[in-house]
Amino acid sequence: MKLESWIRLAVVAGSVGAIELLCRTGVIPNSVMIPPSDMALALASILSSGEMTGDIVSTFTNVALATLITVVLGFVLGQSIHAVPWLRASIEPLLASYYSVPTFMFYPVFIVLFGIGRAPIVAIAVLLAIVAMIMSTLNGLDRIPAVLRKTAHIYRMSRVATALLIELPAAAPYLFTGMKLVVAYAFIGVIASEFILSGSGLGYRIAYAYNNFENGKMYGLMLLVLVSVTLVNSGLNAIDNRLQARRRR
Amino acid sequence: MSVRSEPAGTEAHAEIKAVTRVFELPAGTSLHALGPIDLDLRRGEFFAVVGPSGCGKSTLLDVLAGLAAPTDGKVVFEGKAVAGVPDGVGVVFQEDASFSWLTVEDNVAFGLRRSGLDAAETKRRVDYAIGFMGLKEFAAAYPSQLSGGMRQRVCIARTLVLQPRLILLDEPFAALDQQTRLLMGDELLRLWRETSATVLLITHALDEAAMLSDRVGVMSARPGMFIDVVQTGWERERDSRVVSTPRFGEITARLWEKLRIETMKIMGAADRAPAAAGENS
Amino acid sequence: MRVNRHIGAVAIFLVLLLIWQALHTIGGEIVLASPAETALKLYSMLGDGSFWENVAWTSYAFVLGLVIAAVGGVSLGLALGVSRLSSAVAGPILINLYSIPKVTLYPLVLLCFGLGISAKVAFGVMHGMIPMTIFTMNAIRQMKPVYLRSARVLRLTPLQTAWTVVLPAILPEVLSGIRLGFSLTLLGVLIGEMFASSHGLGFLITSAMNVGDTETIMAIAVLLAAFALTSNAILVFFSRQVAP
Repeated sequence: MKLESWIRLAVVAGSVGAIELLCRTGVIPNSVMIPPSDMALALASILSSGEMTGDIVSTFTNVALATLITVVLGFVLGQSIHAVPWLRASIEPLLASYYSVPTFMFYPVFIVLFGIGRAPIVAIAVLLAIVAMIMSTLNGLDRIPAVLRKTAHIYRMSRVATALLIELPAAAPYLFTGMKLVVAYAFIGVIASEFILSGSGLGYRIAYAYNNFENGKMYGLMLLVLVSVTLVNSGLNAIDNRLQARRRR
Repeated sequence: MSVRSEPAGTEAHAEIKAVTRVFELPAGTSLHALGPIDLDLRRGEFFAVVGPSGCGKSTLLDVLAGLAAPTDGKVVFEGKAVAGVPDGVGVVFQEDASFSWLTVEDNVAFGLRRSGLDAAETKRRVDYAIGFMGLKEFAAAYPSQLSGGMRQRVCIARTLVLQPRLILLDEPFAALDQQTRLLMGDELLRLWRETSATVLLITHALDEAAMLSDRVGVMSARPGMFIDVVQTGWERERDSRVVSTPRFGEITARLWEKLRIETMKIMGAADRAPAAAGENS
Repeated sequence: MRVNRHIGAVAIFLVLLLIWQALHTIGGEIVLASPAETALKLYSMLGDGSFWENVAWTSYAFVLGLVIAAVGGVSLGLALGVSRLSSAVAGPILINLYSIPKVTLYPLVLLCFGLGISAKVAFGVMHGMIPMTIFTMNAIRQMKPVYLRSARVLRLTPLQTAWTVVLPAILPEVLSGIRLGFSLTLLGVLIGEMFASSHGLGFLITSAMNVGDTETIMAIAVLLAAFALTSNAILVFFSRQVAP
């Protein structure tokens, strides 16, 4: 492992250790936060008892769906916007300001459109993540050297063939960066929606535990989310590094 | 070969004595980049350094300017050992070092303003430097609005304005096209004559070295050492038109004779290098 | 192209308006209030004193959060960015921290800060600070190395180097980070109000959601969108002046 990875590990371990100490000695009161070790124990008991497996599966399914839809839809939209320069110039300021508006206040809209259940949650997550995908797509398409498209012309490739065989692979590293963001936003969108507005899923369970002062369960679930996100990110980063290495100039 | 054979009485403006520079690489190995190398720069001379890629030319400049400390050996400037960048040394880099957030005028004035010179004198020197480098029309423009050649002129003006006694240039015209290079060479000569500074020019262009300098040092492949020093014998009032003289051809030929072998070494064709000049390989 | 851009903006606006009206016609009042109803509601809200009180609550928390996020974020970015090692160590940690659905930390924040304005400011900072740090760190990493060498040749002190060379060189990217952080900080404050406050625009949104008052929801959405667009435009204009 590289030096920086060791230092990072040390920093994280040190911080967790410090928090554990502060909790155990009462500097951080138990009503606010329980020690990390107790969080881990609570998580273990949740997982082994299987009482929340349904919710866990539900949340992860939602995230996967949201990611898939966002990536495909976002890429297509990004391509379309990129192809029409004046459209892009008009939309870009909107995209930049997009995140100021809490889009999940449109949840009721989606309930009416799609009914209660998985769909509104996935819809909000998609709404949240899609702008990141569109912006990464635009960025990635920008970075394709003009000479590659000229080459495609010389081979007399169709628009679709150019997009799939030339543009997609060439822009892939940047698109992948977008995908990492999409997964992050999908998690945020799904869990936030479940937290505030739903009756099932991890987010709902955390809110339930919070409202019923079940700190143990609540922190155990929060730990689960933390660990899942970190694992997924590490996986994506590993793939990203492989992609970047192949493209190193 | 050491470059020490100056006539008695000519003072050395800067000296490099038995300097080596070894880099410690992250992987744990070391890179012997330069030396042991010696160089005596006479006050007011124009000295060019040519050599194959990677021979340590830029490292030589770093050491001379005080930007890097030698692993072994001494660097002396105006009689004092060099530690850090000494007063009176100016450097023009290969990359465009003009500050993109300042106008040409503010760029040129930058060093002076930091040094606490009074405003009137600053303005006088800045206007002079800008005029000298032909930038008067562009004084209020930003570097992003200028061509590569003009930006290098801004960097040269910024150096000039501090009235350095030793000017080091690291392949300053590498990014420019050939015609611009030739004209910039003339400008450099004009600058040199006006300021009576000592100039060390690093270049990979043989013609540039041959036409501009009093002496040309040829460096070997890494680790770089001088393998030849050629006296050009030009008079002080020269310009790029010396290229039409026979002497220019002789100088360039002699430089290439040595340089070709060194260059082929780094290209991995050393066993094909001819033993003597004139042989066809 | 300039003219096209403005025509394009108007065209987009009209298209959005059409979609809005269509959704209203299909779904009815309970889905979305119509543009016309929203306009009326907005007009009456702007004349209502209690509305402006809520705006004041939100603004106060927002400005406070933004200042803390910007100063803290950029300083942290500078401190971490100067050394290769520290930026390599800190980079992934920051990105991972940022990817955690912040909503899972909300209970923690509320437990720490209580239900008052400090919680809302904390939410805002939580959302806005890390992007600013990351942008600042990246800006330093991408700065042209020749600038630092020039500073050494000009014999500047470290402080002079930082203030007259490094800071101006990285300013454009730092400002980009601040623009992004601006939106995110506002979002954080609104979310905080939405479920842990009895004041502010976020609170108004939640109340409206609970009773199905789509007119208010849309009116506030329009207001927020207008504010976001205007402030982004102002920030872009300002960045161009400061960092040509």
